[in-house]
Amino acid sequence: MSATADTAAGGGIGALGRGLGRVSGAVLPVLTVVACIIALWYAAAIGLNRAWTLDTAQRQGVELTAGEIIADAMSQERPVLPAPHQVAAELWNTTMGEPVLRERRGEYRPNPRSLFFHAWQTLAPTLMGFVIGGLAGILLAVGIVHNRAMDMSVMPWAIASQTIPILAIAPMIIVVLNSIGLEGLIPKSLISAYLSFFPVVVGMVKGLRSPGAMDLDLLRTYSASGAETFWKLRLPASVPFLFASMKVGVAAALVGTIVAELPTGARFGLGARLLTGSYYGQTIQIWSALFMAAICAAALVATLSLIERMTLRRMGLDR
Amino acid sequence: MKSLSAMPPWTMPALAVALVALGFLADPRLGAILAVWLGAWGLNAIMASRGRGAGVRFFVPLLFGATLLGLWEMAVRLYEISPIILPAPSAIAATFAENTPTLWADFRQTILKGALSGYVIGCGAAFLTAVAIDRSPFLQRGLLPVGNFIAALPIVGTAPILVMWFGFGWQSKAAVVVAMVFFPMLVNCVQGMKASEAMQRDLMHTYAASYWQSLLKLRLPTAMPFIFNGLKICTTLALIGAIVAEFFGSPVVGMGFRIKIEVGRLSMDMVWASITVAAMAGTAFYGLVAFIERRLTFWHPSQRTG
Repeated sequence: MSATADTAAGGGIGALGRGLGRVSGAVLPVLTVVACIIALWYAAAIGLNRAWTLDTAQRQGVELTAGEIIADAMSQERPVLPAPHQVAAELWNTTMGEPVLRERRGEYRPNPRSLFFHAWQTLAPTLMGFVIGGLAGILLAVGIVHNRAMDMSVMPWAIASQTIPILAIAPMIIVVLNSIGLEGLIPKSLISAYLSFFPVVVGMVKGLRSPGAMDLDLLRTYSASGAETFWKLRLPASVPFLFASMKVGVAAALVGTIVAELPTGARFGLGARLLTGSYYGQTIQIWSALFMAAICAAALVATLSLIERMTLRRMGLDR
Repeated sequence: MKSLSAMPPWTMPALAVALVALGFLADPRLGAILAVWLGAWGLNAIMASRGRGAGVRFFVPLLFGATLLGLWEMAVRLYEISPIILPAPSAIAATFAENTPTLWADFRQTILKGALSGYVIGCGAAFLTAVAIDRSPFLQRGLLPVGNFIAALPIVGTAPILVMWFGFGWQSKAAVVVAMVFFPMLVNCVQGMKASEAMQRDLMHTYAASYWQSLLKLRLPTAMPFIFNGLKICTTLALIGAIVAEFFGSPVVGMGFRIKIEVGRLSMDMVWASITVAAMAGTAFYGLVAFIERRLTFWHPSQRTG
């Protein structure tokens, strides 16, 4: 009794130790690289913003010490390159410092100063587009795997379309869709659907074809029908491929939404923040919008990885 | 599927004819479009199931693409769609032929100056960085997750900042391209440098090969497929970066500038002509890199034919 408890506890501690070892094995190098990037960023910020500081000082006829120059270069209102802590402060002020809803004329409306509001304006079409694109991609992949004519007709074009800079014409598609009366969520989500569609098709086709000749022969000896082969072999085998391609697809969908917001005069959303920031020289606002976009992308990919790990564990496929 | 194969062979054609008849009843124009679509699809299906070999493999996708273009033309003509919303392919081709000098100038400004120089600088810098940190497994372990993370970010969002820094000329477009291609290329190069197997490295060791000899004779060649994968991904990214950066400011020439201006003037045929140039340039650029890859990494399993 006690012996089993001991081994269980020992096993637990051992697993904990191994886990910690694995975490520190990955975390330490990552932290070093991140620290290097931040140090480089500070150096670049001081180097780029110094000119303006020196210029002002010269005009005022003031001699500045090195310390004063550095302090000023990191606290300008419209720096060429804002220092990391300025971006962090702006991020904090526009997320935690501003209420998401604001009372105006007796009713609560979304507060356009809150970055959460803008992030949601971008995330909603991204998610909608990702769901549309993902489902369409899976369906097309099933068709391609089961129909030879479809495979030969569609697949070369799907691959060729990857080499076309679709993203660059996204704004134009939005303008055209606006002119025929489609506005708001749908045009943006169509762009992200298109962008998340192809990674899913390519990954899913690869996944559905991944069962080897041995597995297929085994199912034939069971005299399994085509539908049974699909549901019991091909579909489960494709799940790891599907998740890998969905992670690529969701990142592409987010980029698509942001670019779609750029030159269309959208008023809300992270792309609109980038654009207004560039019009009014608000560099800190641009960088905070960029970081919010990065946080969104990371959150989307992390959510998918979590679902992936849970699914694969239940399927017994995790390593 | 068993349920499908159990049906008599005339089921699909009969279904198609019924669908076309229904279309004609609802709207003759819809019926005509459906008839062309199903006819071409049937032809494709027959060819795909009967024929084998390179000819069929080439002709089937070609017929599919031509069918799509034909349907587009038919839909625009029959339903009289306004050219402001969707111009017909023939109109786009006519505009393309008329404005070749303008399109060629745009192509030179955006692709040859902006995208290509940025591509060369960005991919070159990423490759050199990968070689530089090759000796430090610690940095490699840290850089892979960070690089993968940054490669998934909307880097194209830095375009307004870089246009602010480097001005409206092609230099700012090249800078955006450098920022976009650097991390995807770096991740692929770092992964490629780790691709050689322990046995192969041990063999180099028994030959008393120096670091540089083992790098040049073993690790760089085994990294080639990864490096070319990165180069191929970056071709599209480079074009996107150069075109999107022009939305934020450019001289009065360039593909992004042309798209932005012609959208404002509602001359969609010119916009589509620009898009055609972008598509052709993207495909040609990718094809060129893939061709070089086939010549250089002919030994890799992924390049085997048959």
